[in-house]
Amino acid sequence: MLLIHCPYCDEERPELEFRHAGEAHIERPTDIKSISDEEFMKFFFLRDNPKGVAYERWRHMHGCGRFFNAVRDTVSDKFVMTYEAGKPRPDGDELRAKSKETNQ
Amino acid sequence: MSGANRIAGAGRLTPAKTVRFTFDGEIYTALEGDTLASALVANGVHLMGRSFKYHRARGVLGAGAEEPNALMGIERDRARRQPNVRATVQEVFEGMKATSQNRWPSLAFDIGAVNNLMSPFFAAGFYYKTFMWPKAAWQKLYEPIIRGAAGLGVSPDEADTDHYASRYVHCDVLVIGGGVCGLSAALAAAKSGASVVICDEQAQMGGALAYENGVTLYDEAGFDWAGKTAAELAGMDNVRVLTRTTAFGYYVQNFVALSERVTDHLAEPDADLPRERLWQVRAKRVIIATGAIERHMVFANNDRPGIMLSSAARTFLNHYGVAVGTKVGVYTANDSAYETAFDLKRVGVSVEAIVDCRDNPGEGKLSTAADLGITVKTGHSVTNTKGARRITAMVVERNGGGGAKTIAVDALIMSAGWTPSVHMFSQSRGKVAWDADTQRFLPGDYAQDCVSIGACNGTEDLQASVDEAIAAGEFAAKAVGGKRAANLKIAASGGGGWSGGVAGSADGAGPDTTVKAFVDFQNDVTAKDIRLAVREGMHSIEHVKRFTTNGMASDQGKTSNIHGLAIAADALSREMPAVGLTTFRPPYTPVTFGSIVNHGRGQLFDPTRKTPMHGWAEEHGAVFEDVSQWKRAWYFPRIGEDMHAAVNRECKTVREAAGVFDASTLGKIEVVGPDAAAFLDLMYTNGWGKLKPGRCKYGIMLREDGFIYDDGVVARIAEDRFHVTTTTGGAPRVLHHMEDYLQTEFPHLDVWLTSTSEQWAVIAVQGPKAREIIEPLVEDIDLSNEAMPHMSALEGKICGVPTRLFRVSFTGEAGYEVNVPADFGRAVWEAIWERAEPLGACAYGTETMHVLRAEKGFIIVGQDTDGTVTPQDAGLSWAIAKSKPDYVGIRGLMRPDLVADDRKQLVGLKTKDANTVLEEGAQVVADPNQPIPMKMLGHVTSSYWSENCGRSIAMALVAGGRAKMGETLYVPMPDRTIEVEVTGTVFFDEKGERVNG
Repeated sequence: MLLIHCPYCDEERPELEFRHAGEAHIERPTDIKSISDEEFMKFFFLRDNPKGVAYERWRHMHGCGRFFNAVRDTVSDKFVMTYEAGKPRPDGDELRAKSKETNQ
Repeated sequence: MSGANRIAGAGRLTPAKTVRFTFDGEIYTALEGDTLASALVANGVHLMGRSFKYHRARGVLGAGAEEPNALMGIERDRARRQPNVRATVQEVFEGMKATSQNRWPSLAFDIGAVNNLMSPFFAAGFYYKTFMWPKAAWQKLYEPIIRGAAGLGVSPDEADTDHYASRYVHCDVLVIGGGVCGLSAALAAAKSGASVVICDEQAQMGGALAYENGVTLYDEAGFDWAGKTAAELAGMDNVRVLTRTTAFGYYVQNFVALSERVTDHLAEPDADLPRERLWQVRAKRVIIATGAIERHMVFANNDRPGIMLSSAARTFLNHYGVAVGTKVGVYTANDSAYETAFDLKRVGVSVEAIVDCRDNPGEGKLSTAADLGITVKTGHSVTNTKGARRITAMVVERNGGGGAKTIAVDALIMSAGWTPSVHMFSQSRGKVAWDADTQRFLPGDYAQDCVSIGACNGTEDLQASVDEAIAAGEFAAKAVGGKRAANLKIAASGGGGWSGGVAGSADGAGPDTTVKAFVDFQNDVTAKDIRLAVREGMHSIEHVKRFTTNGMASDQGKTSNIHGLAIAADALSREMPAVGLTTFRPPYTPVTFGSIVNHGRGQLFDPTRKTPMHGWAEEHGAVFEDVSQWKRAWYFPRIGEDMHAAVNRECKTVREAAGVFDASTLGKIEVVGPDAAAFLDLMYTNGWGKLKPGRCKYGIMLREDGFIYDDGVVARIAEDRFHVTTTTGGAPRVLHHMEDYLQTEFPHLDVWLTSTSEQWAVIAVQGPKAREIIEPLVEDIDLSNEAMPHMSALEGKICGVPTRLFRVSFTGEAGYEVNVPADFGRAVWEAIWERAEPLGACAYGTETMHVLRAEKGFIIVGQDTDGTVTPQDAGLSWAIAKSKPDYVGIRGLMRPDLVADDRKQLVGLKTKDANTVLEEGAQVVADPNQPIPMKMLGHVTSSYWSENCGRSIAMALVAGGRAKMGETLYVPMPDRTIEVEVTGTVFFDEKGERVNG
């Protein structure tokens, strides 16, 4: 069972308290009514399935109830980091630094 | 007497403490502390089971968890009967009943042994080839026979009466294995201030010290030191010592599952004790001290009872005081078997010969053997054995053949070397690495915060192992913030090494032979089978494994994997690491379902949710149905009524007088805040801004793709407060869906969402007399049509308690839904019932609710919709606000496929024969005479007998259905074809006047 750090509670809690909520950093277009079929397809149906670093949303369902974002390595299953919803997508350097921290 | 082979003065058991048990009905005497295996061997019983495929006679091979052969059924009573228990692990208790397996009619005379004679036909992979033809015979002939013959033990046929416990533990350091290294590491970590859990699968800590009688620690005999150290650890506040506890699974982030056998060794366990306890440990660091497992020699007929691992024979002697025979032969490829031979000889057991396939044994071995008068045949091999139900002789030849000599023996002990037990390391996703020098797989790259020490890490020397263990313990403690320095030093001497030996088939069982040299005893896999697999094109060890089933038995190949790999590598002329090692997976040893299921059975399997009025419904004879976790009253039969009669009566009564219905399970969400209306505008297709406080509206919620997700009535309680209802099963996901949008897409909206499903009890009072029933009970609310028309929701009091009174109808009748705080639910229900019953009303259940709503064409999300239905498909276009700039699903609804003409649309179906009731899920076609597979237009979603309409009614999703009004379609069934007419979905009170009544 994974341990997941909730950035709102600032606590590492067991996976049972959380619920996976799909890929992160997909924004609902503000003018959704006027986007093309292709844009809608990309927004709603197409998702990455990366081997390695994945950006995902989780919800601390049985805790604070907040949605947040996480970077997880799909090969090692390790959470590199979690961060609050709305924060920018962390870049490579930040991830490498974080990754070293957790591998100690 | 506790067995003829018990040696006076040997072992650690107390001769006076005897226990009696039965094996296949015979009564035997054992000593307290014996395992079933040691007790049987003490009594001269080596025949303990029959092999899986060939039904060959088998004895015990090992003395621990690795045992492949001696699997027993252990029975306390009919319900507490466990198959496939390893006799080497099961401790004997007074009155225990053990039964051998996989034999008929008896262990000594087993009909199935005919398979052994037919073995040329049963080569590896024969199932795949033999039973392919004729195809039809598989289901009727082959499969039942194979299934009948398959499996080892007999599972119990009654529910388990034992109970099982579960604990979570968080610790700094978990030590897996309580041998000399595990204990040293635990002591070092604990003395450095870390919280420690140490577990071992044996009844006592000590590991290999149980048989290694040459080891001293602090000038103390090894096993005595282990006992004292375990006691010292147990006495420390920061340490938990778990014996009879197997670490069976190593999962992510140092999450390790342990299974503790609490009562399996007790004659009369306290009824309060769990049989097993599942420990789920989260450790900051894990120290793996799992030792090594001895391998057998792979030679012809190496499986007769009486042939066993040298470490097993040594354990039986030095721990249990049992000699495995009176004339013992030894066959070895490394030094450790010599120590067993020496120990046996020293207590007076005749050692007929040590056959060593090497030319040069280790230092000092030959001279000690000579001193003890033991013949050593170096450069020789055992090429065959004799004996039916126990070995009677071994055939010894010079390596390469020649000089064959038959030596009479009644036991043969063997050692091909030691395999480091890397199971836990590998399960932790560490990568094993091939050590070419010692020809072993050892821990390589680590994936988690753990470390392997001692024999499982390939460390040779005892002092080096102990030093490594202490360093690991101290490092682990320091890494988790331990402040103290233990400065532990343990002086260790004695003990043999773990390297050396051979892997693969021995002399006389090579590629040019056809002998049965067993690699995997439990699955009857021979060296020949593995070579056949390679010849058949299996070049990866994973394929070889599956083709031959090598290593796939319940012992998971603890003794066989390396041999199988070596034979395959040899046949492929490749190095072992190039052929690969199969993956180690949990569980390390079999775990009972009881332990895994634990408390989660019976009533605790899934929560049961009951409404506040549940008791009343029970008292009034309701039949209940499960709706998600809820128990809902289905119908209220009166004496002599079946379901059909009860539902017909309830349906008539509601429309003629009134009915009272428990609607408490409806999901409820309180949506509050200055932007509540704006938020609902985005979540529902409808517009909410103009809805006045005190009024309510039916809302449809879509997903972004435009399909119906949920529906329900939403009431505006105040400008900034809405009372949202959802479907019974949909409440959690609707709240999740709303929270998702509120938190991540529309965080600028000032809104709070609260689940109130269980805070409100809901009593629906429906029918012409609904107002008459509740009127005298209601205060502060004007119930007149003018003040409270259909689709109103007003706050006031009923029976003196606060209520949110809804005038809504899911029946098409005038009616109310009385919301009261859940604690008052039953009292208010009873007050309403007291008025309702004399007025001729009835209590009705969910079945009547379903029929009444279908008569009115009201949909149920999830029944008349299936996640591919749009509001237009369901005939609900009127609920979509045309002028809103945005709502979830607005773009999805514009997709080309969603606006196409020929979509499946919800229509009514009337059977031509009014008495025929369609089956829900039945397919609808235009032409019943077309060839199969027919072109299907859609399917029936709801279908009932309607007593109020005097005929059957149905709804269906039919392609282009609304353009087919009045047309005849067909519903083909297995026995007939039913003619139906396409109609509108409203079957009763088409003008909808009754709700205003």
